[in-house]
Formats: sequence, C-alpha cells, structure tokens
Amino acid sequence: MWRLLRQIARAGIPSEAPPAADDALRQQTQDLAREILHTLGRALAIRVVDAGSCNGCELEIHATANPYYNLEGLGLQFVASPRHADLLLVTGPVSRHMEVALRRTHDAMPRPRLVVALGDCGCTGGIFGEGPATCGRVSNVIPVDVAVPGCPPEPRAILQGILTAVQRNVHKRGLG
Amino acid sequence: MTALASGLALLPGDMPVWHARTGDGPWLEAAHRAARSGARLVALWGGAGEAHAAYALPEGLVWLSLPCPGESPACPDLSALFPAAGRMQRAMADLCGIAARGAADTRPWLDHGLWPDSRAGRDYPFVRVSGDGVHEIPVGPVHAGIIEPGHFRFSVVGEKVLRLEARLGYTHKGISRRFTELAPEDACRLAGRVSGDSTVATAWAYCMALEAACGTHVPERARWLRALLLERERIANHLGDLGALGNDAGFAAGLAQFSRLREDWLRLSKDCFGHRLLMDCVKPGGVAADLPPQGADALRRQCDRVERELGALRDIYDGHAGLQDRFLGTGRVDPPLATALGLTGLAGRASGIAADLRCDQPWAPYERLDVRMATHRNGDVAARVAVRFDEVAESLRLLRALLDGLPAGPVATPLNTPAENALGAGRTEGWRGEVMVALAFDAQGGRLRFCHAHDPSWQNWPVLEHAVMGNIVPDFPLINKSFNLSYSGHDL
Repeated sequence: MWRLLRQIARAGIPSEAPPAADDALRQQTQDLAREILHTLGRALAIRVVDAGSCNGCELEIHATANPYYNLEGLGLQFVASPRHADLLLVTGPVSRHMEVALRRTHDAMPRPRLVVALGDCGCTGGIFGEGPATCGRVSNVIPVDVAVPGCPPEPRAILQGILTAVQRNVHKRGLG
Repeated sequence: MTALASGLALLPGDMPVWHARTGDGPWLEAAHRAARSGARLVALWGGAGEAHAAYALPEGLVWLSLPCPGESPACPDLSALFPAAGRMQRAMADLCGIAARGAADTRPWLDHGLWPDSRAGRDYPFVRVSGDGVHEIPVGPVHAGIIEPGHFRFSVVGEKVLRLEARLGYTHKGISRRFTELAPEDACRLAGRVSGDSTVATAWAYCMALEAACGTHVPERARWLRALLLERERIANHLGDLGALGNDAGFAAGLAQFSRLREDWLRLSKDCFGHRLLMDCVKPGGVAADLPPQGADALRRQCDRVERELGALRDIYDGHAGLQDRFLGTGRVDPPLATALGLTGLAGRASGIAADLRCDQPWAPYERLDVRMATHRNGDVAARVAVRFDEVAESLRLLRALLDGLPAGPVATPLNTPAENALGAGRTEGWRGEVMVALAFDAQGGRLRFCHAHDPSWQNWPVLEHAVMGNIVPDFPLINKSFNLSYSGHDL
C-alpha cells in the first residue's frame, strides 16, 4: 500500500484547465461546470455509441477521462445506458449493421437530448465514404447537434464539442 | 518450402514470400502438409474470383491462390485442419460468394442480411444450450462501456459461463471493396484505419506489400523510423491496456497512473511525428516526415522516465493481493489448446506459443536489433499482463537502439510503376500480433484488383470463447480486455 501511496503522491495532480467552448458558437463566457450543475443539478450523462469506427475515436474518448483532461471533474460522466443519458456521442461512419442499433439507442434517450457526431467519419463518412455497407455520416441516420472533425479528434476537441453542444442548448432549449 | 506446393515463385520485397496458383487437390494437400509441419495459417480470404491462403513457415510466407470459377464457386474446406479458417471461410462466402465445400459451419458471418445483395437472413442461428437452470444473457451490439460493437451470447448456470458465442460484423464497412476504389497510394490512409489502434502496423504492412509490387526500395532511414513508430505504437497500446486491466479488476488507481503515462506518450508522438496515434506517419515509399532535430533527445528522456515508472507500477501490480486474485487463473488458455486453435500474437505468447515476427523473420531494421521475445506458459489474464509488462520493457530498449543507430539519408522515395497484375505481400508484428496485407494490381497496373488487410484478431476471437468457459460472467470484461481484440480490424 505504501508503494501505491508513494506513486500517487509522486505523480501529483496533472489535471489541466478545460478548453473553452468554441467561440464561433458561444454567446457569452460562462463557467460550464457550474452551468451544467445549475441546469441539471447533476453531472451531464453521456452515452457513447461506436456505430462503425476504426476504434481510433474510442481511444481518444478514453483519453478524455485521464487525469490531464479530467472529464468527470468538469461535470461530465459516461453512463452505461441511453435511458440515463442527456447526450449521445457517436463515432464512425454508420455501418449498415449498426444503423438500427443507433436509431434504437437514440430512441431510448429521454428528451430533450443532444447528439454529438465525432470524427471525420461521423462528420462526412471519412475515408470509408458511403456505400452498400455504410450509411456514411451520422446525420444521415439521426439528427446531429454538433459535429467534431478530426481523425481522430484530440481529447480537447472532443471536450470542446461536448461543451459546445451543452452550452448552445442550455441557452436555446433549457436542457434538463 | 517447396514441399508445400509446386510452382512456388519468390515475390520481390522485404519479406520472403512465395506465391503459387493451385488447383483443388494441391490446395488441400498443401494445407495438410502445412498442418503436419506445424506451419500457422496466417490468413484466408477471397479476392478477384480466387480463394487465397497464406501460411507462415520458418523460411517465410507461402501464399496460395485457388481460382474458383463457375456458377456457384467453391473451394475445399480447411477448417478441419485449421479451426481459425472457419470464420475466414464464412467471411469469404459472404464477401466473394466462394463457399467452403464440406465445412461444418456455413452460417453467414459478416453478412447480416442488410446489404442490397445480401444472401443471409436477418435472424442468426445461435447455437442453443439447454438443460436445467441454463439461461442466456445476450449482450450488445451496443455495450455498456466505451468499446466497439459486437454481440455476445452467454449461456450460463448461475454465475458460471457454460458457453459464449460471439457474433461480429457490426462494424463491417466494406473495406476490401474500398481498397479497389481508391488510388493505391491514397489507400494507405485506409490501411491505417482498418484498426485504429494498429495504424502503424497495418499501414507498414500495406506499404511493404505495395512497395514489393512496385519494386521500390525504401531508404534505410525510413525503415528505421518505421520501426521507431511501430515500437511506440506497441508501448502506447500496452500502457493503455495495463491501466484498463487494473481498472477492470477494480483498481482505478492503476488506470489513472497508466493513462497519465499513455497521455505523456501520445503527446510526445504528436510533437515528434505530428499525430498522437501516429496515423498517416507511414506512407508508401517511406515515412511522412523526418524526426525533428531535438526529437531524439526528447524520445530518449521519455524512455528513461517511463522505464522508471513502469518498474514502480509493476511492483504495485505484482504486490496487490486483490488484483492478483482477479488476474491469476482467470480466462486460461493452456498451451495445448492455444496450439490446437491457432492462438497468435501477444495472447499466443502468453500461452506458450513462441512466435514473434520480429524474432522469427526479422526484417530491416529488426535483423540488427536482436529482439528478445516475451513468453509465458500460464495463459491466464496474469500471463497476458506479464507479457505486456515485459514487452514494454523490451520495446523501450529497442527504441533506444533505434535512436542510437538511426542512419542518415532521405526518408522517402517515389514509387515505381507496378508491372501488370503485380502481386505484393507485407507482414509486420503489431502490438496485438502479426498483421498481413496482400494485394494484387489490375492488368493496367493502376488500380488494385483486391487487397486483404488481415488483423490477428481473426485468429484470436474464437479462442476468447474458450477462454471464458467455466469463468464467471463478471470476469468476462477482464478476460476480454486481456485479449483486447479488434472488432473493426476483423469486420473489415
């Protein structure tokens, strides 16, 4: 146990300041964590669906939870069921085989709900394009609020995309 | 080598690859001989009206092509000799219409009955387990965690798993067809996205195949830089897995520590090579960019730092009774079972199968590095954890050797024009195991007639079903993570 404590103490707390929401979409400066808490009274619940990605986006989503980006410290939390989720984070060009699963996951979410499409594939279909086996971009299958480009988008861009979707919608429709 | 099949011709390229076109009889005969001599089946796929099989022999790779003409094309079944061939043959039937004659299992695999030209029905006939107190737990394709989609059907009694049957194919994106639509040089980006976690391994294998077909020799410095990228990819994935394995056994502090190390690792990759996951750093003819001037020192310093921390964390993992209790004996694949089923790569090495392409068939620059293989005999989660720790340590040594010996010179060269119908194959040892890419140009030499990118997950997914038997359901995520197989790399 002392070894573990020493390792934890030696490593310290590397958490960094969160990214700002995208200025192009932002109406005014706010403290997002406080705003999420004020509006929802709890953490924002995010459900992730891989609709056919190469798994690169998943690696970077995992990275958002590491001590540097400290996703949970920002009032964001990944949840296991769409029925608990405020926001759906979707990766990949939507494969034909995931089309129904993605629709059903989306349908299972309580309203209001947000959808963030992640990565070049989620935004445009990416290198895989559209074809007999792929539906292409996420918005071909379900409505998308914010699309984050990148192959894969880096963790800060992922957080920025989530925070942008939240902030825009807190103003527009009063999420929660 | 020549004993396997007649008419074998050595293809040009970095790796010894022999190719021959065969008939039905020699196809089966070669498989028998390969099985008897202990050769491994690396891949089996369909392309351009032919069935293809690749076997790994001590001398190199033997690639056989079997023309399958006619109304209902078919080839002899190999799954009785090589169990791993079963799903590959089912995929070949789905994608190319070439059936395996006499195979025990002919259910569709990648075809879920949703493509315009599907031959499969919508309902998949799972194998039913019945008896007193047996019930089924269906999981997926959407999972509770952040992982790729796939369906798992557990038949359980109480907490104990009697049988697991996986159904994959959910991330099928038509990659093989897409290869033929893109210009061969651009298709390297696609190869790097067959499985995002193995982008360097797959892109390098693709480039090796392409360069072989084009008769292009890559500059020495580019080869060394590619190896540098491949070892960095291996360490990045092992660090991520070691943290995730701790977390899946209820040790969140392990995840926090390893994910911090992984983040440092990815950030320096971005600084030195331009991409956190090293995507598109390997390109046909060489690498995309040279190492920046201060890069080598920064990379060396990071190796020292990670080595120190890895030692401390290994002590913590090894000395943590709760963690070891979950790891030891869980998800065991003993060496005879591993051999019988053809377990490969990292998971194979943890079950006593001493195969690592970097040692068995060292291609440039590995022939200068004398790679030490990490193996274990227990075949449980603990063994797969131990092999990962050992491989990180060895890769750190390799990185230092690569940086010290990095030759001067250019880092890329233009591709030559390929001959008509040129063939090429490439192999690398990715972090998960051997990645192979085989491709063929068309008669004009401008497009690919077919390209098959093979991830070792093909071999290991069926073995996971055996590893889980007799374990309890809550240990499945831990066992699954200890293999960490690719869905995308398998579904194509």
